[in-house]
Amino acid sequence: MSGVMKRMGMIFRAKANKALDRAEDPRETLDYSYQKQLELLQKVRRGVADVATSRKRLELQLNQLQKQSSTLEDQGRKALALGREDLAREALSRRAALQQQVSDLEVQHQTLQGEEEKLTLAAQRLQAKVDAFRTKKETIKATYTAAEAQTRIGEAFSGISEEMGDVGMAIQRAEDKTATLQARAGAIDELLASGALDDSSGLAKDDIQSELDRLSGGTDVELELQRMKAELAGGSSTSQQAIEGGQGQSQQLQPRDTPRFDKQ
Amino acid sequence: MIVRIMGEGQVKLADSHFTELNKLDDELLEEMESGDESGFRRTLHALLDKVRELGEPLPDDALEPSELILPAPDATLDEVRSMLSDDGLIPG
Repeated sequence: MSGVMKRMGMIFRAKANKALDRAEDPRETLDYSYQKQLELLQKVRRGVADVATSRKRLELQLNQLQKQSSTLEDQGRKALALGREDLAREALSRRAALQQQVSDLEVQHQTLQGEEEKLTLAAQRLQAKVDAFRTKKETIKATYTAAEAQTRIGEAFSGISEEMGDVGMAIQRAEDKTATLQARAGAIDELLASGALDDSSGLAKDDIQSELDRLSGGTDVELELQRMKAELAGGSSTSQQAIEGGQGQSQQLQPRDTPRFDKQ
Repeated sequence: MIVRIMGEGQVKLADSHFTELNKLDDELLEEMESGDESGFRRTLHALLDKVRELGEPLPDDALEPSELILPAPDATLDEVRSMLSDDGLIPG
């Protein structure tokens, strides 16, 4: 069959095999190969056994022929003793034919023995090879499994590091943004102070007002100082407590009032 | 033998039918090689009809590898030719 059907079928099978090759697990292939080697070893061993059996059969035949041969020799001797030379001749000629068979069988026996020795040696060598392969196969399998695990760990790590990278980038972006905002705030303050930028909020004060504020602020401080001195002179313990309480309160408030740009 | 008709499914065919089918299959190949589009179409339909007639359809969920594959009834000569080109049916 060489038509379209056959050719399409062949192409499909070839492609399917290729697809299988790609999906193949090397560990399974190694196990399969080991299995095949064991089967081969089994075959060689069976061959050795077959040859040995044939050798045994030949040995039995040889024994039988040799027995017959010695019987014929005895018969020849007896015939000669009885003066029957014709019978003796017959017995000896039969014995000669048997001897020919014996020597033929002996050649065969020798050949088989040589064959058997060779096969036994081959089986031993093959056994050693199969054993070595089994050890190697297990090593390769272990290495492959380890490599596979390592790859998986590597992949997991690269995944993690990518994620960490993302986090790092986010922090970096936040820091950059903060720094930009701080710089911008600083710049605006400077510009406002120098008068280069007008304050549109209407809260900005001119130089005179600022000086007045400073002076009046100073007056307030002086007044307050005088009030406190008067209180202390009075020896009031309640006012002491009030100061401590006030301090405590200011300490508690401090973290809330102080702007912090903490990275963590 | 299991024969697949692309796009249709599989049928089981007794080996005794193959002499008859082979004749049509060889004819189809000749027509494809010579570029006889109408002859190709006629023979392809005849071959597919014969396969359907002689074969016993396999259930859709049967998992049997197809030993022979036939193009779909509406496949053109060029399509079949490209399927049989070096790249085969599935690229890569």
